[in-house]
Formats: sequence, structure tokens, C-alpha cells
Amino acid sequence: MMGYYLKLAARSLARNPGLTSLMVLAIALGIAVCVVTLTVHHGMSSNPIWWKNDRLYAVTVDAWDPERPANEKRPALPPPDLTWRDAEAITRSDTPQRAVRMFKGYGVLSAGDPASKARPEQVLARVTTADFFDMFEVPFRFGNGWKSAADTGPEPVIVLSEEMNEHFFGGADSVGKTIRWDDREYRVIGVLEHWHPAPKFYDVNNGAFDDPEEIYIPFGWTDKLELRSAGNTNCWKPEDIQSFADFLRSECVWLQVWVELPDAAARERMQSYLDNYVAGERRNGRFQRPNNNRLTKVDQWLADNDVVGNDSPMLVALAFAFFTVCLINTVGLLLAKFLGSAALTGVRRALGASRKQIFLQHLTEAGLLASLGAALGVVLAGAGLWGLRIMYASPREGLTGLMHVNAWSLVITVALAIGASLAAGLYPAWRVGRLAPAVYLKSQ
Amino acid sequence: MLVMRHISKVFRTDLIETHALRDFSLEVAEGDFVAVTGPSGSGKTTFLNVAGLLEGFDTGSYSLDGVDTSGLSDDARSRLRNEKIGFIFQSFNLIPDLDIFDNVDVPLRYRRMKTAERRERITSALDLVGLASRAHHLPSQLSGGQQQRVAIARAIAGDPKFLLADEPTGNLDSLMARQVMDLLEQINEMGTTIVLVTHDPELARRAQRNVQIIDGQVSDYRPYESHVRPVREAAPQAAGATT
Ligand SMILES: Nc1ncnc2c1ncn2[C@@H]1O[C@H](COP(=O)(O)OP(=O)(O)O)[C@@H](O)[C@H]1O
Ligand SMILES: [Mg+2]
Repeated sequence: MMGYYLKLAARSLARNPGLTSLMVLAIALGIAVCVVTLTVHHGMSSNPIWWKNDRLYAVTVDAWDPERPANEKRPALPPPDLTWRDAEAITRSDTPQRAVRMFKGYGVLSAGDPASKARPEQVLARVTTADFFDMFEVPFRFGNGWKSAADTGPEPVIVLSEEMNEHFFGGADSVGKTIRWDDREYRVIGVLEHWHPAPKFYDVNNGAFDDPEEIYIPFGWTDKLELRSAGNTNCWKPEDIQSFADFLRSECVWLQVWVELPDAAARERMQSYLDNYVAGERRNGRFQRPNNNRLTKVDQWLADNDVVGNDSPMLVALAFAFFTVCLINTVGLLLAKFLGSAALTGVRRALGASRKQIFLQHLTEAGLLASLGAALGVVLAGAGLWGLRIMYASPREGLTGLMHVNAWSLVITVALAIGASLAAGLYPAWRVGRLAPAVYLKSQ
Repeated sequence: MLVMRHISKVFRTDLIETHALRDFSLEVAEGDFVAVTGPSGSGKTTFLNVAGLLEGFDTGSYSLDGVDTSGLSDDARSRLRNEKIGFIFQSFNLIPDLDIFDNVDVPLRYRRMKTAERRERITSALDLVGLASRAHHLPSQLSGGQQQRVAIARAIAGDPKFLLADEPTGNLDSLMARQVMDLLEQINEMGTTIVLVTHDPELARRAQRNVQIIDGQVSDYRPYESHVRPVREAAPQAAGATT
């Protein structure tokens, strides 16, 4: 019977191509807007390293102003960044399998080879300890990161992003070559593959959707070269800061600390290490706020830092509202169409079709329509995402990391769309099934 | 056998109540060819719709081929209608985007029937009405008389016991009307009971039995037992044909 209903549905849709295209287009537009919005939303809010959600923790402690919280809007949270000395003390623990302290730096990158014609580039740098690459599973095209000995040295080694390697070395394997950062020479030891985690979870306080830094430098250079942060440096205490050493001793927060803890036991040990450390500092007169020593998983970290912007759920709601309007339109058009052919329905009833059979016949038509709409909707959504990608593509790819359509969310949206369209067809199909056949036959 | 007893059917709209059938009683025996006449608005179509289970009624009883129809579900009524009744309308009512073959197929689709059997029944029904060669034409490509013959093929394809025809010749010129009437007579002779509503006295005269409906009632109703057997059945050769 399904085959027969499908055949009838196809005939019926073909009979009135104008109306059919209108309905298909309405469904398709609704779906396309939803898929695009959900994809962008998903890209913006999703956890780009979800598979390590149970192992990676952002470490925060609250050494902020006793008088007021670091974040007035979220007074329960400690500052997202740490002071130099807290970062150093915390990463001294041997509990974590891996640990990093780091910040966002900047400088001018220029070719090491005087013969090179590559222009110097103003770049952002991640100044970090060695575990960064393994901990965040950063993919390498050539070479790899440095050993922790390079941090203490510090050794003049550097890791380049795919884009910088392209710019200075034309994409060739540059491992072993030299390149200049500000007025020093560094040896390239690694080149990254394309890597654009979105959001940039490991440093959400300095542009959560910015591109990753273009170069990576061992953390040991910080005090050697008196490197300052290109990101936020926040201070609350009136302190007399004259020298770089004064700055490192200050209560200013500017460093990110992450640890990788393999299991609950390690997590507990790390927590008590933090608590002990803070208790000790309290005795020195620091940490005058309530105890707030946190190990925060990535998903919670993103939520705490409002990386899922408030306007995103709003946007999703709007997209669904638009979809609903499209569906209501379709319901109206379907209803008009079904009732318009009431006389034919009356004939079928007279020839022995039951109400249920009439209902199923029309529901099949609605389903076919919904499937066509969904198919076109996916095509439109693809075009829309492609358009967004072009619009937002900065020279260094900008937001493109966000725009990879997640197969799952596509499947869910399409299933939802077909379900919703079927639901949209339910009412008209039910109405047409309830028609008193005799009335329409008599009016002939 | 179709037996209606004391049926009343009232149409209520916001403004008026119309008693379309009032204390309506009628029997139609198997093999009958009954012509129903009566003024416009007297309830002829309503009677056919009730008889064909397209419409319910308010009081009274109706049994079709031994089945009491009151209290049946929509599914049961539809199945009964599909199996026992064929409808023919004044305006043919073919489905415009289905070809002739598929139009005749419609009532068969609402039964569980193998494709081969459907095909065979459709072909033989179209053969009977002389339109087998037009199986893959669309209704719009046929003349009015041909369309009505397709409608007849569609009505008999499922081999129903009763054929209910509501002014089937009303839209046809007299030549085509006579052809349709010939066809109905032929079908009746093969055993199908026919109830024909018509305005045309000449056609009515060709039926075995005439019934007049006036103001929602059979004007000359007498219980079945006292019917004088129709002329044609009394004729020896016709009697032979019906048994
Ligand atoms: N669906 C309906 N609603 C209201 N009144 C109706 C309806 N169908 C028929 N009628 C009324 O019932 C009466 C009988 O109608 P009908 O059976 O169509 O008569 P006929 O076929 O003899 O011309 C008429 O007065 C008609 O107006
Ligand atoms: Mg009538």
C-alpha cells in the first residue's frame, strides 16, 4: 500500500509544480537556516578536545583582592589566569602526568637566511612549557615539540604554525633551519599541521575564537628576555613595580596553567596539593579571599568563561522560530491543497477507501514533500555555510574552524526536519480524512 | 438484498433543518434493476449515499446483504462499501491525473489483492465497456460517454453485488445515454443488482421496477412480499438468463 501511496503522492506533487516548489522551498529554507545556525553554534560552543574532557583541567586559585571578586558578574569564580609565582609553584607538583604554564606573547618574525625575500611578520607567540603539544594533542607536519630541558635552558628552539612555515619556507620541511624572532635566532624544531581548535579552550581570556598563535617558544625565555604578555594582564593590588623582577613577584595575573590528571586519585592528590599550597601562602598573608582552588574540566571551563555566548541560544531559538514559521506556512498550503482536492477524496471514499487509508495517503504526500524539502534544505545549508566561510575567511583562515559541518548535527537536523514536516502534514491529512465524502460528491 | 426500514435523515445547518429522508422504507432484491425517479431535492441522492454507506442516518435500520450496518466502524463500513457496492456518478468523477487503467484500479487497491489478479480484473472490466484499447489514455482524452463507461468499469471491477448510479446519463446526449443504459442492462443480466436514479422517463421505463421518491419517502411503498414480479423476469428467456 505504501508503494501505491508514494505513487499517488508523486502524481499529486507533479500536478501542481508551482505550489509544490513553494512548499518544498519553505521547508528547505527552514532547514537550511537551522542547520547553518546549529553548525555555527555547535562550532562555537563545542568542546574541541572532548575526548580528553576527563583528563584535562584548567587550574585556578583565588589570590585576588580581598575586597571584591575578580569577576563582578560571576563572583564565585577565581580569576582565569594566575600570577607568576603561583603558576610556578603549582606546576612544580609531580602529580600531573603533564602540566603547562604559558601565556600569549608577541614579536616580529623574520627570515634567518639573509637571502630570503619573505617579509617580516608581526606574530603572536605561545610561550609555553614543553608539555603543551602532547597535552593538547597538537598535530605536527614536520619535527616535533621540545623536551622540558629546553624550557630550563632555555634553548633557542621554535615551533611554527603551518601558515608561518608557508610564509617563510614555502611549506617545505624547515626543521633545522633558523628564523629570527625579534632580535634572536631560533632553530625550527617543529611545524604544525593545520590546527584551529575552536574555541581556543586553553586560553579563553584572550580571544576565545582567535586563531592559535603563529609560533611556540620555550617558557624559559620569559624571564631571560623579560617577555610581557600580549594578552590580558590584570592587577588589583597597588604595588610598586619598577623592574621585571618586581612584575614577576607581583599579584598580577597573566598566565594559564593546565594539568593532565589520568584518574580520580590523581585529581584528588592534585586538589590537596593546591589546597596545601594555598594554605601555606595564607600564612604569608596572601589569599585573603575564601578558599577557591579549582581544577576545571574543559566543558565546564568553557561554560564558566561564557564562551557559549548568551546570544547563541537566542540565535538558535530564532532559527527554530523561523523554521516554525516555514512549517506553519507549509501546513497552510498543504491544507489548502488537500481540501482543494476534496472531491477526489470523496470519490476514493465512495470506492472503498477508509478514513485511515485517506489519512495515510495524504500523510505519505506530506512525508514525500518533507523529504524533498529536507534534501534541498541540506543543499541550501551547504551553500550557506560555504558562503559564510568565504565571508569570514581572513587571510589566515579566520573562523573557518567553526564551519566544519558536524555530520551528527546534520543527521539530527534532517531527522528533526522530516519529523516536524510530517507533523506539519498530520493536521491537514487528518482534516481531509474527516471530510464527509457525500457532501463533496453531491456538490458535483 | 438491501433493506431499509423507517430511515430518517436530517441535515442540520445553522439556519434550517432539512428532512431529506423521513420514515423511508425500501427493499431491493438481488438481481433487481430499480429505477428511482422523483423531483429535484426529494432525497434521491441522499438515499443512494445512505445505501452506499457514504452517509449515516438518524433513526431506522439498514441492512446490506444480511449485514446490519448500524454501529459499524469506519473501517468496516469502508470494507463493506468496497466489496459490495459500486458507485456511478453523474459527472463521472474519474481521477484526472490517473490514466484509465489506474482509475479502474482504485477500488481494487483498497483490497488485499495480488497484482496479477488486479490486472486481470481491470482488463476484463475495460473489455466489457469496450475501452481496453484506451487503458493508457488520460480521462481528459476521452469523450463524456467514454468517461462514463470507464466509471462503470471502475464500479464493476471489484465485482460488487450492488451498483448505485446517480443520474449517470445526466451529462450525456441521448445516444450516449442509451449506450450507457445498454451497458447497465447487460451488467444487470450478469447478476448485479442496480439502483439507478434518473430523470429520464424513457430510461426509467427500461428498468424492471420503478420507485418514486417524493419529499423523502417512497411514494408508493409497499412491503416487499406484495410486489408484483417485474415483467422481464416473468419472460421465460430472461428468467433463464438470471439463474
Ligand atoms: N449535506 C447537506 N446539507 C444540508 N442539506 C442537504 C445536504 N444534502 C442534501 N441536502 C438537502 O436534502 C434534500 C434532499 O437532497 P438530495 O438527496 O440531494 O435530493 P435529490 O438528489 O433528490 O435532488 C434537499 O433539500 C437538499 O437541499
Ligand atoms: Mg441528486
